[in-house]
Amino acid sequence: MIEGILVEGLIYGIMVLGVFITFRVLDFPDLTVDGSFPLGAALMVQGLLLGMNGWLALLIAFIGGVLAGVVTALIHNHLKVPNLLAGILTMTMLYSINIRILGNRANVPVLDQDTLLTDVSNRLSGIIPDEYILLLFFIVVAITIKLLIDLFFRTDLGMTIGAMGNNEQMIISQGINPKTLKTIGLGLSNGLVAVSGAFAAQYLGFADVGLGQGIIISGLASVMIGEFLIMKSNRIGVLTFCALAGSVLFHAVMYLGRYYGYIIKMTPSDLNLIKGLLIIILLILTQSRKLKMAAFRVRVVK
Amino acid sequence: MIVIKNVSVTFNQGTVNENQALRDINLNVREGDFITIIGSNGAGKSTLFNLIAGTIPPTIGTIHANGRNITREPEYKRARYIRRIFQNPLLGTASNMSLEDNMMITYRKGFKWLKRSLTSKMKEYFRTELLQLKMGLEHRMKENLVMFSGGQRQALTLLMMVLSKPALIMLDEHTAALDPKNAEIVLELTDKFIKEYKLTSMMITHNMNHAIEYGNRLLMMDQGEIIFDVSGDEKKELTVEKLIEKFHELRHHGFENDRALLAE
Repeated sequence: MIEGILVEGLIYGIMVLGVFITFRVLDFPDLTVDGSFPLGAALMVQGLLLGMNGWLALLIAFIGGVLAGVVTALIHNHLKVPNLLAGILTMTMLYSINIRILGNRANVPVLDQDTLLTDVSNRLSGIIPDEYILLLFFIVVAITIKLLIDLFFRTDLGMTIGAMGNNEQMIISQGINPKTLKTIGLGLSNGLVAVSGAFAAQYLGFADVGLGQGIIISGLASVMIGEFLIMKSNRIGVLTFCALAGSVLFHAVMYLGRYYGYIIKMTPSDLNLIKGLLIIILLILTQSRKLKMAAFRVRVVK
Repeated sequence: MIVIKNVSVTFNQGTVNENQALRDINLNVREGDFITIIGSNGAGKSTLFNLIAGTIPPTIGTIHANGRNITREPEYKRARYIRRIFQNPLLGTASNMSLEDNMMITYRKGFKWLKRSLTSKMKEYFRTELLQLKMGLEHRMKENLVMFSGGQRQALTLLMMVLSKPALIMLDEHTAALDPKNAEIVLELTDKFIKEYKLTSMMITHNMNHAIEYGNRLLMMDQGEIIFDVSGDEKKELTVEKLIEKFHELRHHGFENDRALLAE
């Protein structure tokens, strides 16, 4: 059970890192995610079915996600469409594109196909107990991606993107075009989301156009859980760690809901309601904590 | 250096809300000028800055910088040689980032895309530059800017602007949102930096005494027009009374209902 939660949490954690970049760093609520997640899954599965190398298929999935993000950025930047609507537009179009990629089908299985995961399992089998292979693999993958993101946001470009989410006027005043930065940020974020979708498809054994439905809410809930549990910080390393931890915790809650929810007569279809309520509760808790912090600060100042 | 020719700006053209913010402005900002600008609310001072910075385009007319037509150049490109400080001290820096990160981002020189320019050598350089502010900020390089006062943030924005040596700096009432003591400090720093680095500058102020005391040239604006442009010795001999008299003479109405203009 624990391995299952951790593995799921880490796979979706890659997506959460992407959502964290748009929502928190760029301050751009990007709904493209609901489309780029199944896009990654579809590209990965089709790549494998065509007999491609697994890593190459993963790279293509990443590039597909990047392009999806760039499309949203272009719609927003050049047609002056509000950010939410730009994301919804791309997401809607991706639905059709994903079905096309899957060969006019809504669901394509890869159960008897060699995937990156079966490859890794075969290689490590015997060295490590079988049930821990995937866990170890995803710990390595998620931590590597997290460290790469940390590194990126400490470069000149990354820092400037961070500052833009804070204060767009400041970036314009530095002679930098915020449109360029948004395009880079959205591309990076959706690329990560697609990679997450690609791993999810291999883990689940199929790609489905409905895989991305409500994924943005899962991502946001995970980001918020991570932020709530660990005190606020501006260190990028801490923040990305929180996003991953939040994802694992979120999936623990969902896991409990799925397998033990029947005790309180819950059905799997209730999970979306639970996700929404979870976000609302977190918002309320964060609000009250902010008020308490403010009161504390006033007292200290006095 | 910056030449504005026959520029008018009209908002909501062709509607009932039509508003002519600038009327046929002609202005030549010469190299080394320190221009102070006064005028009541709605006189077009900020619109003039927006126009030069590229935030808004002129409805008619042209703007040239060093002989190059920049009328259609976007704001972010002009920002490479024209820099401005806003009244709101929060607009110049990023609140949720550390002082050293902010300094690196605003330093601009040698932007290396995927490299990290904030080396220990760079930090040392920033630390020595911060000494000029005499605010003790050099000991707080790792702190988030949320913890800093408006005055400290405005002084920092000013310092970073100066270090990038722009061709023109524009100060849009940059001390108006600060308490009197901090306003004084920031204004003195501004004057010191402008003289030291020989910066061409324009400063909007609501304080007539400051407009007279600082700079070598003074513009008075009213209803979208520059009604008075004085420099050199004539500017040095100005007093608040003379300015008000001049305004009466030119406009045949007083500064009534605009006590802010006469504020000390």
